[in-house]
Amino acid sequence: MLEKKVLSKRFGLVNPLSIKDYIEHDGYKNLRKALQMEKITIIDEVEKSKLRGRGGAGFPVHIKMMGLAKEASEVKYIINNADEGEPGNFKDRALLENDPHQTIEGMIISAYATGASKGYIYIRGEYNRAISIVKWAVDQARDMGFLGENILDSGFDFDIEVRTGAGAYVVGEEFALLESIEGKSGRTRVKPPFPTEKGLFGKPTLINNVETFCNIPVIIESGGKAYAKIGTASSTGTKLISLSGNVKNPGVYEVPFGVTLRDVIDILGGGVPESRKLKMVQLGGACGPIIPEFMLDMKIDYDRFEEFESKTGAGAIIVMDDRHNLFEILLRIVEFFGHESCGKCTPCREGHVQLERLVKRFLHKESTPKDLLSLESLARVMHQTSLCGLGQSSPISLISTLGYFRDEYHDRIEFSGGE
Amino acid sequence: MQLREILEKYPKTEDYLIEILLDYQKTKVHHYLSEEELKEIANYLNVSESKVSSVMTFYTFFSMKPKGEYVIQICHDVPCYLNDQNSVQKTLTNLLNIEIGETTEDKMFTLEYTSCLGACDKAPAMRIGEKTFTSLTPNKVKAILAEYRGKKHA
Repeated sequence: MLEKKVLSKRFGLVNPLSIKDYIEHDGYKNLRKALQMEKITIIDEVEKSKLRGRGGAGFPVHIKMMGLAKEASEVKYIINNADEGEPGNFKDRALLENDPHQTIEGMIISAYATGASKGYIYIRGEYNRAISIVKWAVDQARDMGFLGENILDSGFDFDIEVRTGAGAYVVGEEFALLESIEGKSGRTRVKPPFPTEKGLFGKPTLINNVETFCNIPVIIESGGKAYAKIGTASSTGTKLISLSGNVKNPGVYEVPFGVTLRDVIDILGGGVPESRKLKMVQLGGACGPIIPEFMLDMKIDYDRFEEFESKTGAGAIIVMDDRHNLFEILLRIVEFFGHESCGKCTPCREGHVQLERLVKRFLHKESTPKDLLSLESLARVMHQTSLCGLGQSSPISLISTLGYFRDEYHDRIEFSGGE
Repeated sequence: MQLREILEKYPKTEDYLIEILLDYQKTKVHHYLSEEELKEIANYLNVSESKVSSVMTFYTFFSMKPKGEYVIQICHDVPCYLNDQNSVQKTLTNLLNIEIGETTEDKMFTLEYTSCLGACDKAPAMRIGEKTFTSLTPNKVKAILAEYRGKKHA
């Protein structure tokens, strides 16, 4: 079996609007268990599980939890980042719409372990259905005593508020997200300090992705050691994959880390339809690398992803068949990031204008050898000097194709007659 | 609903600005806020008008100009592009006789791009108001437009 349903095991079995269904399927059982545990033991179990953040960057979750737990502040916050705006990603939407209580339970356990008293779930405005389902779920959890004061007679107080986005991709970046919850334009902050030191309203804050929080009850249930047996040595547990593009069966699939891209695309996705050929695959979403067919035996694993210097780990796989022109794809990506750039730092703001101009020259076969040099150096500068993840990861797709599909760039120059 | 009623649902703290703007703009037929309304919101939260204005211009959901009654937002990110979003967009611009960013003369439809709707497994996708339409084809788009036009005349 290629799939391993851990976080998605209740999909279709429970009515997402019914907390009773969730409870009947072991829901909030792990919260009860966690409330009997020492706070430090919970963080220890998360450390043993080797859980890494599922939003893309793959940061070890226990380090952030420990960071928050150590802060002496009276007020501490927990934030669930449900601003899933990276094109090609839809697994958080699936988690929120099919089983909303799971991520809420993970938040409550995390809050208990770290001493936080208030939580926010920030859901992007485009996800209307998820917003109403999660608001309903939070209210139900409060009615049942899983949120609010003295949760399950433990003496622990914690409540959650749902906030919604208003159409700004950059707000998925954690500092921009904090600004947005504070009611401001979503422009990133200079770091350090990191959110666990100085986050929302200047208070220590733990920010995790929807899927990351979903893993917390699972770790409480099985223990960190048993959890770490799923997946690979460096990437434990399962990953929800958003599979889209030119495949027969696009959708959300949960697999253990370590399966290959080819297995996901061919076996779960059914391969490329209508006997066309696979040309390239983009990993992670618009911000990820574009790789050729011969690399598909690569395993889904944080360490492999890190070779691309990008936040590939959110788990999107976008399959492109041989009808598609590389430069059409790159232009879409560059236009997207140019539009979403918040304009705060120069490399990102000005860089996108120039990148777009250069990619268009290649698309229209008007490019010169000098354009290739400019494109290459500009992409590097943006990647290295932008202030936040948006500008740093936007040129990744381009940089990867300059390596793997370099011939296509050269072809475009030759046809133009060069300089 | 009156703006005052919506304002009074929220605490008078700055961090509710975006929630208030979203909540109120939803009630407006042409999906925009006037300068007077902007002032009233600024006064209620005790923040400057320029602050409200800067937030409104940062987030794409907000508008200071009237739009069509139905705002059609089409996704043009890569997964939709790979599934022939081009022909869907062409059908829309032809049938409505407007380009992206424009509003029909009868003020019924505005056509815009949206960022990814998270419906990539059922691409191409678009939204009209809060409703998402997926697995679009030119014929499906024709039928959807006819339905919305019918609503108006019903």
